[in-house]
Formats: sequence, structure tokens, C-alpha cells
Amino acid sequence: MNPTLQHAIFGRLSLDSIPYHEPILVGTFVGVAIGGLVVLSAITYFGAWGYLWKEWFTSVDHKRIGVMYIVLAIVMLLRGFADALMMRLQQALGSDGGQGYLPAHHFDQIFTAHGVIMIFFVAMPLVTGLFNVVMPLQIGARDVSFPFLNSFSFWMTVAGAVLTMISLFVGEYARTGWLSYPPLSEAAYSADVGVDYYIWGLQIAGIGTLLSGINMICTIIKMRAPGMTLMRMPVFVWTTLCANVLIVAAFPILTAVLALLALDRYLGMNFFSNDFGGNPMMYVNLIWIWGHPEVYILILPAFGVFSEVTATFTGKRLFGYTSMVYATIVITLLSYIVWLHHFFTMGSGASVNSFFGITTMIISIPTGAKMFNWLFTMYRGRIRFELPMMWTVAFMLTFVIGGMSGVMLAVPPADFVLHNSLFLIAHFHNVIIGGVVFGMFAGIAYWFPKAFGFRLDPFWGKMSFWFWVVGFYFAFMPLYVLGFMGVTRRLRVIDDPTVHIWFVVAAFGAVLILFGILSFIVQIAVSIKNREKLRDLTGDPWNGRTLEWSTSSPPPAYNFAFTPVVHDIDAWWDMKQHGYVRPLTGFKPIHMPKNTPVGLILAVLATAFGFGMIWHIWWLAIGGFAAAIATGIAHTFNYHRDYYIPADEVLRKETERTRLLSAKA
Amino acid sequence: MRRLRAIVLLLCLALLGGCKAVVLDPSGDIAIQQRNALLGSVGLMLLVIIPVMALTVLFAWHYRQSNTSARYEPEWDHSTQLELVIWGFPLLIIIALGALTWMGTHLLDPYRPLDRIAAGKPLPASAKPIEVEVVALDWKWLFIYPQYGIATLNEAAAPVDQQIVFRITSSSVMNAFYIPAMAGMIYAMPGMETQLHGVLNKTGTFEGLSTNFSGDGFAGMHFRVASLSAADFDKWVAKVKADGGALDRNTYLELERPSQNVPPRTFGTVDTSLFKLAVNQCVEPGKMCLDEMMAIDAKGGLGLAGINNVMPLVYDKYARRGSGQMRAYVAALCQRSSTSETAAGTADLAHQIKAPVQLSPSQSAAE
Repeated sequence: MNPTLQHAIFGRLSLDSIPYHEPILVGTFVGVAIGGLVVLSAITYFGAWGYLWKEWFTSVDHKRIGVMYIVLAIVMLLRGFADALMMRLQQALGSDGGQGYLPAHHFDQIFTAHGVIMIFFVAMPLVTGLFNVVMPLQIGARDVSFPFLNSFSFWMTVAGAVLTMISLFVGEYARTGWLSYPPLSEAAYSADVGVDYYIWGLQIAGIGTLLSGINMICTIIKMRAPGMTLMRMPVFVWTTLCANVLIVAAFPILTAVLALLALDRYLGMNFFSNDFGGNPMMYVNLIWIWGHPEVYILILPAFGVFSEVTATFTGKRLFGYTSMVYATIVITLLSYIVWLHHFFTMGSGASVNSFFGITTMIISIPTGAKMFNWLFTMYRGRIRFELPMMWTVAFMLTFVIGGMSGVMLAVPPADFVLHNSLFLIAHFHNVIIGGVVFGMFAGIAYWFPKAFGFRLDPFWGKMSFWFWVVGFYFAFMPLYVLGFMGVTRRLRVIDDPTVHIWFVVAAFGAVLILFGILSFIVQIAVSIKNREKLRDLTGDPWNGRTLEWSTSSPPPAYNFAFTPVVHDIDAWWDMKQHGYVRPLTGFKPIHMPKNTPVGLILAVLATAFGFGMIWHIWWLAIGGFAAAIATGIAHTFNYHRDYYIPADEVLRKETERTRLLSAKA
Repeated sequence: MRRLRAIVLLLCLALLGGCKAVVLDPSGDIAIQQRNALLGSVGLMLLVIIPVMALTVLFAWHYRQSNTSARYEPEWDHSTQLELVIWGFPLLIIIALGALTWMGTHLLDPYRPLDRIAAGKPLPASAKPIEVEVVALDWKWLFIYPQYGIATLNEAAAPVDQQIVFRITSSSVMNAFYIPAMAGMIYAMPGMETQLHGVLNKTGTFEGLSTNFSGDGFAGMHFRVASLSAADFDKWVAKVKADGGALDRNTYLELERPSQNVPPRTFGTVDTSLFKLAVNQCVEPGKMCLDEMMAIDAKGGLGLAGINNVMPLVYDKYARRGSGQMRAYVAALCQRSSTSETAAGTADLAHQIKAPVQLSPSQSAAE
């Protein structure tokens, strides 16, 4: 074909962009293709397409969207974890005098993809999923403020994840590290599509995250049940609010800095390049002004989960609710004035470094206060060691170690010898796995019966728990040691033979975590199989304290037949103490939002736009963008967005619940 | 100090022996003080961490559901005294740690000249520091010794117990310069100069490396530093000089091209202006240096006409990096055709549009 024509049609894309010469990728592709075919044919065989489309893909129900976020996170966890295993294997092999099995070109993509996927497409969807499933129920609302926006946000996150996954088989991913520091990420040093996949994947997903943040804030501010003052909100709602304030304030910075990088790469501008007054230090500052709040976006919701879980499973009011709330707010504010601790070694003066070091340490005070609050909630409690509580205790023991190594890194003189070393890697995995991941597993185990109406199988849950916890210590304690041995991050080959044994131990730990993940999947499968045995008919399987436990499991589409009235922090506990009686008559029609596929369609168009931008297929980029805008505008003319659930149907559902409750009793 | 060493030793033993925790047992005074700051902060924090971990285990065990003899107070959720302790005690520790941080950060600032060689060993008044200019190249380290007129690649040497001043830059992307046994790291960045002051108090050979990912050859970006007695260092300098080899601008441009796992090399003579040129990204003859450009800009710049100066500068050396992609710049120079400054003047503008200028590798190499 005429090269000009070919370029006009396919941009930079050609047959050479397919990595068919890399056996690992081809093998993966075959695996994914077969797996995908099996899933698709299973859906077709069971005739589930219509069900999926009507009940899930086009749903604007916050519970369904929340569940889909979590499913996305689990799927992406498999990819991100496969990357982790490959890295551990490479470093174990590459520290024994050999070269390992991965060339630099491949290894560099893997550690970048691992970081990006784990943060943006595993941790973020997990917390956003929990916000969606739980928060509206906890405040006694029937949905979020903007249900369509919620669906759109979710599908944009999927679009970002899809673009990132496409990079595996079409072209390549960034080889720059997960924050793509320039000048390495500039066109001069990374001319290929990797960084473009990075930019557009994150930009598109970032729109979803930002919109979802606005949605959650509005929901919490405007849609709380009567009587639920701010200081009566469950702690998880508080942490959701603070995390989303952080999202709304921080994500635009990420969008801006990636847009500037894109201008550098696409239009030859020089914001962060070496020439014409460009300054890469500006990028490093900006991306961490987003990046540090991001850490708290992830950990605050986990803190919220632990607060709910501890109060429930100790059968006690949360100790120090007020100080817990203020600690959360203080962390939210402080998280904006600590970003420079990510680069003490960039040559800032001693006074600047001290300032940011000390502000960082100050964050450990409210965090410590939270830790003590959980501790004193356990004090004189009656602790039931169900799975969520096990995760909580594991968190408390693990997180303090990560907190300690974090404060060590906040002392600039100490950071100068540990920065960028495997000690740092151990530290942030210690807080992200020990904090966020443990928290999300606690949250999933805790709220799964609410979302699906049956509990998770405890045996496989405990298997998963022990593999994860023990695996974590095996995988990351050696990294602390390696940090003290002066081993830095992102090394493909390590010449010093004395480090080998530690990498082997770490790889063993990673395998244990693999069993943890597999056990989790088995746990879900077994639970579905035994769902009748694990069924929760009461809607309150844990003897809970907050409003979500007052409705059925799973809740009806309208959540609450009557909006509850709140008199205490632990609203449902209070209702139970005061002999609350479910109303059985007097139902009214309930106003609800209608399903719509527009969010999904917009996300498909955004994916096309992103793919066009990445490969310089300009017709596709322009077409995708224009079509998305047109669809968005057209959707504003859709006036049939709501409907009423008739009172009869509400009555029918509530009577059915009454029957189940009395059958149980 | 002895106690610290004992702790380090114990820690090493606990770690199955065979561990060379260089960060915990360094050989330079700065790194030793940094290590002490590290251990000091750990000590302070353990005052909270250990009780918290102990209480977690204790409470989890004692208040388990099956222990019905334990007190159960489901409504107890507040205690002002306890709140005071849980906010106050960490606050006190952070105040202590903050003071330690403030002092340590200022005393151990890499830009600050040393005031002692080692604990109890003040800096001799007459001693002149050894100057080393460091350039991070793709993917190797260049060391220039301006006082001796020599240069080395991927190996360095320094006399023991003498202050060493590193001035550090990079030719293309960010790296970080780190000799764990000597002192903490500092980033090496293109177009910028960072500094590091250090000293090695023991003779021997130590590892140095880049600690900021810089691309495919990153893993091979390490070097050895020999810490030598004064006499041995003089011998080493003499040997480097005797071995010959010259590092001039052309050799530098050749070295600068990406290459991996490069064996050490020495140069008996060196163009001592090279470091300044490298910082200012103008080793290639005929290029305008960043400092000159900034000086022009500081005086108000050349306005639009300055674009003619800027156009031929492609510092990023696209082609030599091997990425092969050249950027095209469209430069439009607009000039008023008449001197009239009327409001309608925009309509009178004659646009002189210059064609896109394409810089090819052969052109920039020919310059």
C-alpha cells in the first residue's frame, strides 16, 4: 500500500506493532484469547447477554456499579500480580550472576505496568466500588446524586483499563516507571507508543475518577437521611467524603500535568524537556502534588472500613468517634503539604527539606490517634474473630511497621541513604498491602452478604487471609533488608551475589500471595456454589450498627422503602435498641432513575479516541472525540430518565421480606 | 557508638549472616551520621510502636468472644484522659523527632561543606577538598578531576580522610548519584548541577550506582570507588596520566551515545571546560549554551527575533540517543509591515511564515 495512505489510515500502527516475536506475550495472548472465548461462549450458552446488558452494563444502580468496579479491580489485580510475579522471578534469576529471562525492553514495561495497574486499576476501583456499594446505604439514600454520571464514571475507568490492557498485545507500554518522569518520558527518549498508552489510559480513567468524586461528595452533602448530621455520619462515610474531596482537588493536577506532557510529546512543546527553558523538576513536583494526596485517597477509605469492622465485631461503640473524624480531616488537609518528601534528594535546600520532613511526621500523629482508637474500641469489647476482624488485626500489626518505615523515610538524612532503594518499595507495599489491600479484603468480606445476600465461605477466606499475610511478610521483609544493603529499585540484573538469597525469599513470598489470590477466587466460587447454606435472610448477618444493615440483603432497587430517621451515630444499633418495628403498610411509589447505555457508549468512543491518539490515527481520534461530544449533547435531550416503582411492587417486595424474616425467626 | 555497632552487628547476625548492610555499616562520616539519624528515629518511634503492637495482641487475645470473664462495656466510647495520651504522647515524640530532623537535615545537607573528617577529627585548616565533576551519561558515569586534569569512566578514586566535593549533572535523563558507603544520594539532572560533599574514612573499594531509573541500560550503571592512602592516590593519578588517552569534546560526544555495561576507562588529559559545557548542554561546537541563553533572557530576551537563535538548538540529541525521531518545528515570525500602531493594525499585518525547519541527524552532526 502507498505509505502515505497507510499512514493516514493506520497512523503508526503496522503489523510490526504486534509483538508476535515475543514468546511470553504470544503465550499470554493465547491464554487470554482462550479464556475470553470460554467466558463469552459461556455467557452465550446460558443466554446471559440480555441479562448482563439490562441488569448490569446499562445499570445506574449504585450497588450494581459498585460491584462492577470491584470486578474490574479483581480482573486487573490478576494482570498486575502477574507482572509482580514476573519481576520477582526476573530479579531472583538476575541476582545469581545470570541475566534472568527478561530483556530490559520487557522488564521495564512490566514494572511500569505493575505500578500503574495496581494503583489506578486495582486500588482505585476497589475503593470507588466500596464507596458505591456502601456509602449510599449507610446514609439512608436511594442512589447517588447523579446516577447516570456514576455509570459514565465507571465505564470511563474501564476504558482506561482497556487501553492499558491493549498495550500488552498491540505496541508496548511505557518503559519509564509508574510516574513517567521526564525527560525519560519525553519523545526524545521514549519515542514509541508506550508513554502515549500511559497518558491516554490515565487521562480517560481520570475523567471517570474525578466525576465520581464530585458525585460522591454531592451525595454525602445532600442526600443524608433526616437526623444524620455530619457528626452522626458513620466513619466510613466520613472517610469517603474526605477521600473524594482529595480526588476532586488532586486529580485535576494529574490531568494538567499529563496534558502538559502530551503537549510536549505531540506538539513539540518544552514544558519538561531539557531545552528551551523546560524543567523536568516541575513535572516531578506537580505529579507528586497529585501523588501524595492519592496515597490518602486510597488509605482513608480503608481506615473507614476498619472503623466499621472494629465497632461491629467488638460489639461496641467506636472509641473516640469525634477524634477519629478530626484525625481524618487533619490527614486530609496535611496530605497537601508533604509532597516534597518524595524527592528530598532532588537538591532542595535543608530548610525546605526539613519543612516537608516535619509536616510528614505530623501526619503520623492523627494516624497514630486512629490506631489507638481502634485499639481502645477492642478494649473491653467482645471480639468475634470473623474474617473482616482478622484482616483488621493483621492490618494493625502490619501497618504500624509500614508507618514506622515511612517516618524513617520522612527524616531527610535517613531518606538520603534509603531513597529509591528497595527499602522504599518495602515501605509503600507495607502500607498499601497492609493498609489498603487488607482493608479492601476486610470490606469485601464484611459487605459481601449485603451486596449479594449470602456470606463468603469462611474456610477459603481464612486460607486466603493466611496466605496473604504470611506471603506479605515473606515478600517484603527481605526488601527492607535489601534496602539496607544498598540495592536500588527497578534493577533488572544485580551483580552482587550476596543479595540473591533475599530475592529468592521475596519470590517465595510472592508465590504465597499468589495462593492467597487463588484462594480468594476459590472462596467466591465456593460461596456461590454453597449460597443457599450461606444465605443471609435477616439483612443483618453481623449484628451491625449502621443503616445498611437495616434493609434486606441484597437491598431492593430502592434500598429503603421509607427513608430512615437517624438519632445516633450507630443509627441501626440505636433503632434495634429502641425496639424498631418495620413498617408493613402505607408504601408510596418510589422515584428512581432509569437505566441507560449512554455511559457505556461514551466510554467506547473515548477508547477509540484514545487509541487514535496513541497511534496517531487522526481520523479515529477526531471521529471518536466528536462522536463522544455529540452523544453527550444528544443525551441531554433525553427527558425520559426516571420512573416510579409502583406502591404495589414495593408492598410485594416488603411483604416477601417480612415472610423471610418471620421464617428465619 | 560502640552500642550502635553492636546493634548493627546483632541485626546482621539475625539476618542469617552473610549480609553486607552497607547502609547500616558505612565507611564515610556523612553516611555514618545519616545511619545514626536513621537509628535514632527508629528508637524514638519504637516507644510508640512496641506498646501499640503489644496492646493489639493483648487486647485481641484477652477480649476474644470466648473469654466471657473479660469485662464487656459496649457503651464505653470516650475517655478524655486516654484521648489526651493518644494525641499527646505521639506529639511529644514527633516534637523530639522534628528537632532531630531539623538539625540533621541542616548538618547533613549535601551542599554543605564538611566541618569534620570523622567524629573527633576536625577538618585540617589547610586541607583542600578533592573536586570531582560527575556526568551521568547513557548508561555510565563520567568522572572529571579538574585539579589533576584527568578523567575516568565507570571508576573513581579518592584519598582517604579527605573531603570530596562532587559537582553532578546528567547529559540526557535523570539519574541519581549514590555511593552508599560514603554519603547519601543526590539526583543528577540534565541542564542542572547538584552537589555532594563526602568523605571516606576507610581505605578499600566501594560500590557506587545510579538510583534513579534512566532507561534500558540502568542496571549496568554502577562503578567502583577506590579509597586510597594519600600516597596511593598520587600513584593512581600518575598511572592514569601515564596511561594516556584524551577526553576532549569529540570524545565526550562519542561517549555520550547510549551504551550499556561499559568497562572502566581512564583519560590522562581532559578538557577542563567540559563539565561546564555538559551542564549547559552545549558540548557540541557551535551550540548556544543554556547559561548564555538565560543571560539573554534575563536582559529581556531577543523577542521574536530570538527564535532564530533557538531554532537550530536541539539539545535533546534525538538521533544520537538512538530513538531516531526528529522533531519538526514550525516557526512563524510576524512583523508589522507598517509602523502604524492603530487599532486596525492587525489587518495590516503581513505574515512572514517560515517553512518548517527539519533538523536531520547529519545536519546536527555536521555542525
